[in-house]
Amino acid sequence: NGRLTLNCVGEEDWVDSRTIYIGHKQPPPGTEAFIQQRFPDNRIVSSKYTFWNFIPKNMFEQFRRVANFYFLIIFLVQLIIDTPTSPITSGLPLFFVITVTAIKQGYEDWLRHKADNAVNQCPVHVVQHGKVVRKQSRKIRVGDIVCVKENESFPCDLILLSSSRDEGTCYVTTASLDGESSHKTYFAVQDTKAYNTEKEVDSIHATIECEQPQPDLYKFVGRINIYMDNEPVARPLGSENLLLRGATLKNTEYIYAVAIYTGMETKMALNYQSKSQKRSAVEKSMNAYLVVYLCILISKALINTVLKYVWQADPNRDEPWYNQRTETERQRHVLIRAFTDFLAFMVLFNYIIPVSMYVTVEMQKFLGSYFIMWDDEMLDEELGERAVVNTSDLNEELGQVEYVFTDKTGTLTENNMEFIECCVDGHVMRGAAGMDMIDTSPGPEARVSIACSEHEELFFRALCLCHTVQVKEEETVDGIKHGIHQGKSTSFYISSSPDEVALVEGMKRLGFTYLRLKDSHMEILNREDEIERFELLEVLTFDSVRRRMSVIVRATGELFLFCKGADSSIFPRIISGKVDQVRAREGLRTLCVAYRPLSPEQYEEVCHLLSGAKLALQDRDKRLAEAYELIEKDLILLGATAVEDRLQEKAADTIESLHKAGMKVWVLTGDKMETAAATCYASKLFRRNTQILELTTKRTEEQSLHDVLFDLSRTVLSLSADYADYGLIIDGATLSAVLRPGQEDSNSGSYKEIFLEICRNCSAVLCCRMAPLQKAQIVKLIKASKEHPITLAVGDGANDVSMILEAHVGIGIMGKEGRQAARNSDYAIPKFKHLKKMLLVHGHYYYIRISELVQYFFYKNVCFIFPQFLYQFFCGFSQQPLYDTAYLTLYNISFTSLPILLYSLIEQHINMDILKKDPSLYKDIAKNSLLRWPIFIYWTILGVYDAIVMFFGAYFLFDNTTFTSNGQMFGNWTFGTLVFTVLVFTVTFKLALDTHYWTWINHFVIWGSLIFFVVFSLLWGGIIWPFLNYQRMYYVFMQMLSSGPAWLSIILLITAGLLPDVVKKVIWRALWPTTTEPSVGTLPPSPPPSLCCLRPPAESVSNPALLEVTLCLSRHL
Amino acid sequence: MMASSYNAKEEDGHPSGASNHGGAGATKSRKPDNTAFKQQRLPAWQPILTAGTVLPAFFVIGLIFIPIGIGLYVTSNNIKEFEIDYTGVEISSPCYSCAKNFSSNNTTPCLCFVEFTLEQPFESNVFMYYGLSNFYQNHRRYVKSRDDRQLNGDLSALTEPSKECEPYRKSNGLPIAPCGAIANSLFNDTLELYHIDANGSRNIIPLVKKGIAWWTDKHVKFRNPGGNSNLSAVFHDTTKPENWRKPVYELDTSDPDNNGFINEDFIVWMRTAALPTFRKLYRIIQKKSSTTPTLPSGRYILNITYNYPVLSFDGRKRMILSTISWMGGKNPFLGIAYITVGSICFFLGVVLLIIHHKYDTRNNSSADIPN
Repeated sequence: NGRLTLNCVGEEDWVDSRTIYIGHKQPPPGTEAFIQQRFPDNRIVSSKYTFWNFIPKNMFEQFRRVANFYFLIIFLVQLIIDTPTSPITSGLPLFFVITVTAIKQGYEDWLRHKADNAVNQCPVHVVQHGKVVRKQSRKIRVGDIVCVKENESFPCDLILLSSSRDEGTCYVTTASLDGESSHKTYFAVQDTKAYNTEKEVDSIHATIECEQPQPDLYKFVGRINIYMDNEPVARPLGSENLLLRGATLKNTEYIYAVAIYTGMETKMALNYQSKSQKRSAVEKSMNAYLVVYLCILISKALINTVLKYVWQADPNRDEPWYNQRTETERQRHVLIRAFTDFLAFMVLFNYIIPVSMYVTVEMQKFLGSYFIMWDDEMLDEELGERAVVNTSDLNEELGQVEYVFTDKTGTLTENNMEFIECCVDGHVMRGAAGMDMIDTSPGPEARVSIACSEHEELFFRALCLCHTVQVKEEETVDGIKHGIHQGKSTSFYISSSPDEVALVEGMKRLGFTYLRLKDSHMEILNREDEIERFELLEVLTFDSVRRRMSVIVRATGELFLFCKGADSSIFPRIISGKVDQVRAREGLRTLCVAYRPLSPEQYEEVCHLLSGAKLALQDRDKRLAEAYELIEKDLILLGATAVEDRLQEKAADTIESLHKAGMKVWVLTGDKMETAAATCYASKLFRRNTQILELTTKRTEEQSLHDVLFDLSRTVLSLSADYADYGLIIDGATLSAVLRPGQEDSNSGSYKEIFLEICRNCSAVLCCRMAPLQKAQIVKLIKASKEHPITLAVGDGANDVSMILEAHVGIGIMGKEGRQAARNSDYAIPKFKHLKKMLLVHGHYYYIRISELVQYFFYKNVCFIFPQFLYQFFCGFSQQPLYDTAYLTLYNISFTSLPILLYSLIEQHINMDILKKDPSLYKDIAKNSLLRWPIFIYWTILGVYDAIVMFFGAYFLFDNTTFTSNGQMFGNWTFGTLVFTVLVFTVTFKLALDTHYWTWINHFVIWGSLIFFVVFSLLWGGIIWPFLNYQRMYYVFMQMLSSGPAWLSIILLITAGLLPDVVKKVIWRALWPTTTEPSVGTLPPSPPPSLCCLRPPAESVSNPALLEVTLCLSRHL
Repeated sequence: MMASSYNAKEEDGHPSGASNHGGAGATKSRKPDNTAFKQQRLPAWQPILTAGTVLPAFFVIGLIFIPIGIGLYVTSNNIKEFEIDYTGVEISSPCYSCAKNFSSNNTTPCLCFVEFTLEQPFESNVFMYYGLSNFYQNHRRYVKSRDDRQLNGDLSALTEPSKECEPYRKSNGLPIAPCGAIANSLFNDTLELYHIDANGSRNIIPLVKKGIAWWTDKHVKFRNPGGNSNLSAVFHDTTKPENWRKPVYELDTSDPDNNGFINEDFIVWMRTAALPTFRKLYRIIQKKSSTTPTLPSGRYILNITYNYPVLSFDGRKRMILSTISWMGGKNPFLGIAYITVGSICFFLGVVLLIIHHKYDTRNNSSADIPN
């Protein structure tokens, strides 16, 4: 069964599985002929470009961006037709942007090439003809037998054949793959584990059939056919046999393994796929603004073109005797002329959409994210970890979060499990650290029961056996011999699940020490210091769907199945045992333990079921799950254990701050309701006065879902005025019922709406019993609700990855459950408490910064271009530019670029300590408030006003008179230079007025760029530039400065330009102080008075430090 | 001007800034990257714009601007300016016939005389301008129609002018010097001024033709090819612009320093005006002695050699006599603007004062509520 399946997809043969000849030896004749497949070599190519295709490929990719393409079109138009500005004005910035990006990408690619080369050329040991040969890593082919020594990492995906250990195991850490630093055990196939020298291993005659590579790190199915005496033996291969590229061999001298996936087909390489791009709300508004400006640009060009032809209707205006066209121009058709005129106007005004804005925004995001990484307050001393920024595109989105979805275990809680107590037959035993077993509940009787209770004995054995914990002797771990001085041989337990370690350690304190797994036998040191040995027959591993695991052991002839799992997964399978006595305690995580004695016949059946499922190539997981379902039944309950998971430091404080900041916090957990609710109370998600609404299976069993939903919504809606604080608890089963698309009755479609309505009115929601995918579903549901709120998901485990990827912002906690969440997140932080600073301080700052950046960029370009538009009315709509080419080019690149970039990096409108102390300030910027249309329109109007002031100020100054003391006249270039000088000063001063945080760098950059403008203008006009065709700017700037009235009018026009903005700021701050009044300057001596989410009105702010109230909004207009 | 709090943030965790800088060695080993900049805790000046802080600024601006404005306005009003339109549109005007009968191939110049009276004497130096209206010197096709290399004395550009000069680049195969539309349309009316004294005799008023162009233009930007001597030889292979009556090396034969490309009338014309109505400096009338006014009040005659056609594009020609102060010619705009902005600032100051008072009382009332 399960031979090669050939699927024809189009003309390509797509092979479902692959066959590998170990050591490239052909299978013995007589076996079915395999189709020889071609596999890639082991070369890793993470680089995007080669030397030859870099320029075309990179250019193509860059010009696929709409903005770049737009500028390219403008540039080409300038090249082709006769346009007012030279192609340099748009070509140079575009060239600059493209070059900088290309250099950056080229450099990154060069680094990748270097890394690739280092990896591809690193030496590996390959067995050839019974000898170990050194080869370059890239030369490994599928089927090669590779020898890997301790602490080396695997060069490709390998199937373990044998190891230096007799039992054929090896230890591996996958830290570089998924961040889990724990040592995992991998197993060799039983039939090949004896071949552990190079000669022997070369004599193995076998083929491997396995699936084609897929990116899931934890899934693998395959089969090895070993030909011994031409008698093929098939053995299953699973992920426990597969050594992944990137993992490192530990605690094992050497191994022999066969390469099955090489090069770009390794699981690591397949996992390099880039994640889908997330775009921030700010970016979306920016694009909307762009469209508006594009419309403005087109309409400006259209208006001017039409007016031009109206004005030119008189031939004496069109072609007066002093200004004739060339003959070729005259012969051109009027429509072509009109079209080129339109394009020329487009080119003239194209600066209104600045190239540099994209560069600046990119730079701001990239550089700004360093402040998150550098932040010492988000440094975890214990782990030595800082916050990590995986994507800098979302910095400002951190300031916009409305919904926070958090995982419980490992995120809110420490995930540092401690065994608290266990309960056997109603007897409770505590096993707190440092204490030996103390029997609490029934007093003296308990001591008797220790001896006699068969259940208890079994219970302890079960906990000692039913796990996947490894024992690590101290000195072998990293060579440092701890523990020796303590006089005892210390060993410690390692497991991927902290619960198991806690349980095994708890058992140790209760007198049953798990010693080791040796030759498939588990050894236990019991209370009488005797070693008991159990033969481990099968492990039915844990998975998050079954939520339980089992082992089958043989002890002195008897066969047992021990099962451990969540109560909900154990209870339905129990046939006897005191179910009632197992009860969840507040904040404790409980696991039930049960067993089933197996008769030899039953065991036979079990073996049959399991081996059948394990050998399957297709749907192995499904078949395994079915087999497990059949095996884990008819259980007898032994007891329950309770493990405590402590809350993370400051988790409650963080949640409270998030609440005050107007965010809704949802806890999504796979845990059961009671435990999760306890954590929620402890973390102040639910408070004493919170009215809890339950939407659980228990309730829906009594009433129909329909009625429950309507009941709840009635409660919430009718009383919401009185009790603002509602908390909702919903479980996974009910949630899927709510979300199920309606089929039978028409109402079910609206369940979703009702549910959302209820959720909207609840300050906190707890979703328990959630599968990983359901977490993502919830996030998606909220994301798609009609307000389109910004969501943030925070979690630490692999089960949170789906929601982290789904939410607008995904935050990973660098937790104990591996690094998968952190790797897939947008931002990774060491602890949950760091979320507070991340959102309230960094998020707030970045939002303020980038919104000012966007608005200011459009503003300064309106100021820049609108005078050119006005000038067309006075130069016969001839597209005469107002400013010199150098000014047109450099305005956005150098005269006005650095101050706003710096502002957008280091502006702090309020002290960050105040932001942390008063989370409600976060509401000030909620719902993208600084990029709404009224504010955008205000900025645009301000820009138009400034442009009108500048243009007509200069106009009336130039109006048919002179303003020099020697009677000489100024020309059109002086006119433009005057406007431009006022322009540069006005927009820079406008930014200076908006700056609230003047460090020496701000002073340096703002005054520096003004000085640069003046120096540049002096230089530009001071020399006859030999490479220029025209000398129009020669001495223009100096002549202008030599005139007193020019100075006076510059001062006047700057003042007049800035006046309305200052007045508006002051008046708004004084007359309309909005909801939040940030206090600037000193810190308030005491925390803000109000604890509730609604801010008190301004009048009642009693804190004296808050008297220096300011209006946040107005300052950012 | 602004409320400010200089916040040298010596944050709690770091006892003093000095240790951060001076004692870097100790901290460096533990946290190499912990600088105030990276922690966004650089010392900073944090100004706040409030009614209270902006208020004095407004009053100060008002108090400074209004006197400046008044000063500018008075200065502007003291400037004497006389303007006369000599286009000849109306039949009554003396140049009507010249304007009507204009044809470009007319070899004999048309002369006309305009009489006018100065009511007040012009005391200091008087500047004589010609003004044109509805003349689009700032039209793009016109502005770029020149070759700065040629004008700078570049010999290769002299024989091969820039393409920008089209269609005024070559004529009959010979390169035009100076090429381009601007040069071609050089203003070529000649103006002479006569004073008629009490006994009716005409006295010519000496007009100085030097010093009307920018010094840098005359000495650096514009240069004759091969120096100022022997111009006719240098320009031998070129031809004059079509509308000119004489070649460029005969613009001012009397003064080699004012001939060819460095002729000041030419340079003035080549600086294209910003707006369609403009004036250009034509001549300067120097003050002779401190006792007599440069132009005493009385009757004058303007003697015009009418060469320049403007009627075809509905243009106007003017002659302007003006004195100059430190702020240039007569222009009340700057003074009025200063007075206006100053007054607005003052007015806003008053408004803000009221707001500030209201705001203050509100604040005080809230402060009265005890903690």
